[in-house]
Amino acid sequence: MKASAVHELQRRQTRRTTVVLVVLFTAMLAMMGIRVLLGQYTVTIPDFFRILGGERIPGATFIVMQDKLPRALLGAAAGAAFGISGALFRTVLRNPLASPDVLGINAGAAAGAVAAMYFLGAAGTGLAWAGLAGAIAAAMLIALVSTSLRGAAGTAGIVGERFLLAGIGVAALGQATVVGIMARLTTQNAQGAAVWTAGSLNSSTWDRLILVSVVLVVAIPAAVLVHRALQPASLGPELAVGLGSHPGRVQTAALGLGVVLAAVATASTGPLAFVALLSTPIAAALRHGRISVLASGAVGALIVLAADMVGAEMLGDARLPAGVITGAIGAPVMLWLLVQQRRGARS
Amino acid sequence: MSDPVFETRGLSLGYGPRIAVSEVDLAISPGETTVLIGANGSGKSTLFKGLSRQLAPSTGTIRFNGHDLEELRPKPYARQVALLPQAPLVPEGLTVTELVSRGRHPHRRWWGAPSPGDDEAIARALSMVSLEEFAERPVDELSGGQRQRVWIALVLAQDTPTVLLDEPTAALDLAHQVELLDLLRGLRRPDGSRTTVITVLHELNLAARVADRVIALNAGRISAAGTPEEVFTPEILAEVFDLEAQVVRDPVEGHPVILPRGRRRICPTAPSRVM
Repeated sequence: MKASAVHELQRRQTRRTTVVLVVLFTAMLAMMGIRVLLGQYTVTIPDFFRILGGERIPGATFIVMQDKLPRALLGAAAGAAFGISGALFRTVLRNPLASPDVLGINAGAAAGAVAAMYFLGAAGTGLAWAGLAGAIAAAMLIALVSTSLRGAAGTAGIVGERFLLAGIGVAALGQATVVGIMARLTTQNAQGAAVWTAGSLNSSTWDRLILVSVVLVVAIPAAVLVHRALQPASLGPELAVGLGSHPGRVQTAALGLGVVLAAVATASTGPLAFVALLSTPIAAALRHGRISVLASGAVGALIVLAADMVGAEMLGDARLPAGVITGAIGAPVMLWLLVQQRRGARS
Repeated sequence: MSDPVFETRGLSLGYGPRIAVSEVDLAISPGETTVLIGANGSGKSTLFKGLSRQLAPSTGTIRFNGHDLEELRPKPYARQVALLPQAPLVPEGLTVTELVSRGRHPHRRWWGAPSPGDDEAIARALSMVSLEEFAERPVDELSGGQRQRVWIALVLAQDTPTVLLDEPTAALDLAHQVELLDLLRGLRRPDGSRTTVITVLHELNLAARVADRVIALNAGRISAAGTPEEVFTPEILAEVFDLEAQVVRDPVEGHPVILPRGRRRICPTAPSRVM
């Protein structure tokens, strides 16, 4: 066999990945365009560029600059953050159900926000910060529980079944906290809390968009690098060490980055259910099961944009938060993934 | 005799309080094929974990080419010594070529940029295990034996002077076992010298056929080491495997052939079962 043949095979795979990425990014941009221009209030393309250029068109400028544009951008950014986070979790934990939303990162964020609302009277941006703190606290709790639970082999580590079990436990704890506090809130506060814990783009502001964008500018290249560094670890810990990698360290870094991404996204939009869980299997299916952080991020952005479009514009008077829509789609897909996984285990 | 590749002194390895390998002194000469034998749980895999730096010595030292193993950085070490563990994991969706290319990791920079020798090494590895036709096939679709050859190719693509293989023939039929062992014995470095191969094998007759040196482990200690003729004697087989066996010479190749007669009974009055 010739080296040139190997080179050609490798190049063909790279080209397929590039095609998938280009298609997904085009679709994401198109979806953002649809979200901004269409709906109950439509904006023409020339008007949109005039508004971006600084021209003031009564009514339209306000709606585009204060609602539609930040909403589309934040939806894409948060969706991408959830999607990338899901891809990192999936690669490290090797389980399609092991995503930050199932493992209690989102539940921790919701618990943090609701607790801040009840105990500190937090509102608006304060809720977002409390959500961030809650998500990080949940991640630390999972890490603590899974490292202190020693496996039968006597080796402690943050990766593996114990991490999944600890995550599911923390998710239950977070949800219980939310329900417990919600029962004590005044009706008005409880309504606000309910919207936040469902997750929505209704309060998309430029402030929040800046927070998520700053994180993404650093986190996307970091995620691509750390995902590549996970390649030896995905062959199992022994072969990874044999290849000169530090699988434990790389996996910890990947999960940490995944937690930060999920936490920041949750802080800005609320815990949009199942976006992290859904993105990776969809993106992976486009590349025969290969996981790509960029593709997962683009799919996450598409899901959030589409869910927001459906919830806010396409259901007539029943305006539903995006998180309700993603939850409604996500639950059956999660069941389907469970069934697939059982099949995979049998074959 | 040239300086040993690996040299251990008083090496003990264990998991927490449980010691799996104790007080092992051993020297592996360059270019030799060394086969580790021993019953299940005798410490073979643990010894491999020590040599491949999965497990730090509890006591004693491991030296590699004269350097203490602890002093060496992981990536340069992975360019010297490759390891094939017993049960590596197949990532989803990869083709044979993509999986084999993962063996190039130690030759790449930290951000994963391909190294200049990659294509050449991958092509050579695929040819050596006769997987050229499967180069573009998804690994999930291959049979167990083909998949095992993919793993061997990954280790060969790592392109190291020394390879450690933990039961590399486990999933193979007899013809492929013989083919693989002949391949491993015949491995050559680009400069023409022989690759140093250290492998765990359960099939004693194949071990006798391929090994330059056999090391027999029993309960974490070396109970015999030497040429196949020296190690494969009825006395040592009885001690290491509790096996009653007769040893004859292969009429063509001359190496010892083990003819098992039964499991040695701990209690001498019990009737011995003939296999």
